[in-house]
Amino acid sequence: MEDLLTRLQEAVVNGEPELARALAIQALEAGIAPLRAIEQALSPGMQLVGARYEHGDYFIPDLVMAAEAMKAAMQVFEPALLARQEQRRVLGTVVIGTVEGDIHEIGKSLVATMLSAAGFQVHDLGVDVPAGVFVDKVREVGADVVGLSALLTTTMRNQEVVIEALKEAGLRERVKVVVGGAPASAEWAQTIGADGYAENANEAVDVVKQLLGVQA
Amino acid sequence: MRPRLQFLSPETIERILSEAYALLEEPGVRIHSDRALHLRAEGGARVDFERQVAQIPPHLAQQAVETAPSSFHLYNAAGSPAVHYGGEAVHFDPGSAAIELLDAHTGRSRPPVTADCVRFVQLADGLEALDAVATSLVCADVPQAIADLYRLYLVLLYTDKPVVTGAFGVASWHTMKELLVAVAGSEQALAERPRAIFDVCPSPPLLWSEITCENLMDCALHRIPAELVSMPLAGATGPATLLGTVVQHTAENLSGVTIHQLANPGAPIVWGGSPAAFDMRTGTTPMGAIETMMIDCAYAEVGKFLGLPTHAYLGMSDAKVVDAQCGLESGIGAVLGALAGINMISGPGMLDFESCFSLEKLVIDAEIVGMAKRLVKGLVERETPLGLEVIRQAGHAGHFLALPHTRRWFRAELFIPSPVIDRDFRREWEAKGSLTVTERAARRVEEVIAAYQPKELPPEVRRELEEITLRAARAAGMEYLPVAESKG
Repeated sequence: MEDLLTRLQEAVVNGEPELARALAIQALEAGIAPLRAIEQALSPGMQLVGARYEHGDYFIPDLVMAAEAMKAAMQVFEPALLARQEQRRVLGTVVIGTVEGDIHEIGKSLVATMLSAAGFQVHDLGVDVPAGVFVDKVREVGADVVGLSALLTTTMRNQEVVIEALKEAGLRERVKVVVGGAPASAEWAQTIGADGYAENANEAVDVVKQLLGVQA
Repeated sequence: MRPRLQFLSPETIERILSEAYALLEEPGVRIHSDRALHLRAEGGARVDFERQVAQIPPHLAQQAVETAPSSFHLYNAAGSPAVHYGGEAVHFDPGSAAIELLDAHTGRSRPPVTADCVRFVQLADGLEALDAVATSLVCADVPQAIADLYRLYLVLLYTDKPVVTGAFGVASWHTMKELLVAVAGSEQALAERPRAIFDVCPSPPLLWSEITCENLMDCALHRIPAELVSMPLAGATGPATLLGTVVQHTAENLSGVTIHQLANPGAPIVWGGSPAAFDMRTGTTPMGAIETMMIDCAYAEVGKFLGLPTHAYLGMSDAKVVDAQCGLESGIGAVLGALAGINMISGPGMLDFESCFSLEKLVIDAEIVGMAKRLVKGLVERETPLGLEVIRQAGHAGHFLALPHTRRWFRAELFIPSPVIDRDFRREWEAKGSLTVTERAARRVEEVIAAYQPKELPPEVRRELEEITLRAARAAGMEYLPVAESKG
């Protein structure tokens, strides 16, 4: 049983989605509680991946594939959690996406990966996301944080548009807004009334933790 | 397909060789060693003992080229082959015999001492791009008489990589051989698995001094590899025409191969050199001149044509500090040398006309070497189809980063540089202190040295190395060896 969890963790660390899925199914069949598998295999696996990236041993494709492997396992565990009426212990819920008119994906996906590795529930809306879609998702999942990415000076204004839309929907007080992307900056975040700015994926995790008052 | 640089047609090489052979016969080669002159006479050369000139008939030189091996290895301390001299192998080692060190703290050059040399060896040991360590620093805190062997002593203590070295005297070569025998275990073990290669440098034009001639023959007799470093200066000690200088280089190296193979046929020898253009305004010998690099690549083609392993001094700069000139000259030289398929390229770390060494330059050059080695691996057809399948798989969404294909191939396809090479987003670069490449290099020097692992040299070998060196030091009037302030 321990061996199964070790192998599942390895599948995440090695970025093998198919194997992770198969091992997740085996874990459930072996009677391992999904919560335990998540906390003892998936989370530490992603933390290790994050550490290796930080240290320079892992690269972006390693990170992305590890996240894919984690996702594949989670797709197995989530229905099981629901059935047992259990909930994964998460540090917070994050909705993230690249704003409308902007199709840049990589930076945003990295932030999403690092956040879920750190223990957040992340809802990645993808790219070219209209303000209304952010608002709907924030409401739907009761997000604690919304992350807005923009890589172009022409689209960074849409970060402000999302903030305005959140205000109109009466959600702004309930959710922290973090902005990122090449043209953004701490000053820009202040200008448009965002709560935080992060320079890179690792910093994003720290900023989000800080905003939610979670131990960094 | 491997990318390749070529300057010479087979016809041109034939002409270079026929002129070089003709030079060996008339005016012949000056050889300041009776032992070598006698060997030549026995071999069939016309020798004027009075003038110390040997006139070598072409067949004698051709026979020497025939008996010289086309390929051999240098071995690391564990006895594994680590450097391949021959074929298309491309290796790099630091430039050699600097009498100055560019001090990162003061920004000025000064003579290096023991502690500097130890730091250098620890650094070169830790830089993966370097296939061998050279005896690059000449320590000023020991007597001149032991300067050559002392640096070999330090290199053998602190690295297990193969070694490129050279002797400054006839007697000290033998002490250096003793050091090498001490780590190899026996003379036979050293001959079978040579750890080091000796540079031997004829003087242009067409002169073999006693020291280099004796070194060359001693290497041959003990089957310790030797590297011929002929160095005509185009327009000063050789013809101003670049091909004319290649002809002279060829004649000098051919005479070296002949001396060497007459002493011991089949002993390993390398077709190397350090020729240069001559700066007609300042009278200096620019190692970073494009013509210097062209002469180097061309003579390497001649060596390859003869079926001999090759070497060159490239990847150096004439700049006085680690600046843009330093980077551009070193980069061009290393890349051209790699494209020319030169087996051993010496130069990383060296600036100021082959006289001054910089540890910061060495780590920057290690990045250049990484890029040059990647370059000559070329564009490889990793799979069939080349891209059709994976592009279709990714579809219009184009999430290549999330395809196993990306993870499978990126490490093989990319040379991944150290943080010496800046690829950060601007703000991240600013957040890290807006460091220049030289500042980043200075950090990496300290990181690599801090990560150095002491070598597992048996205590009795360590003692023997020390005894041999101390004996030589005492004979030169120095009672105790300097203490190297370093771990290990």
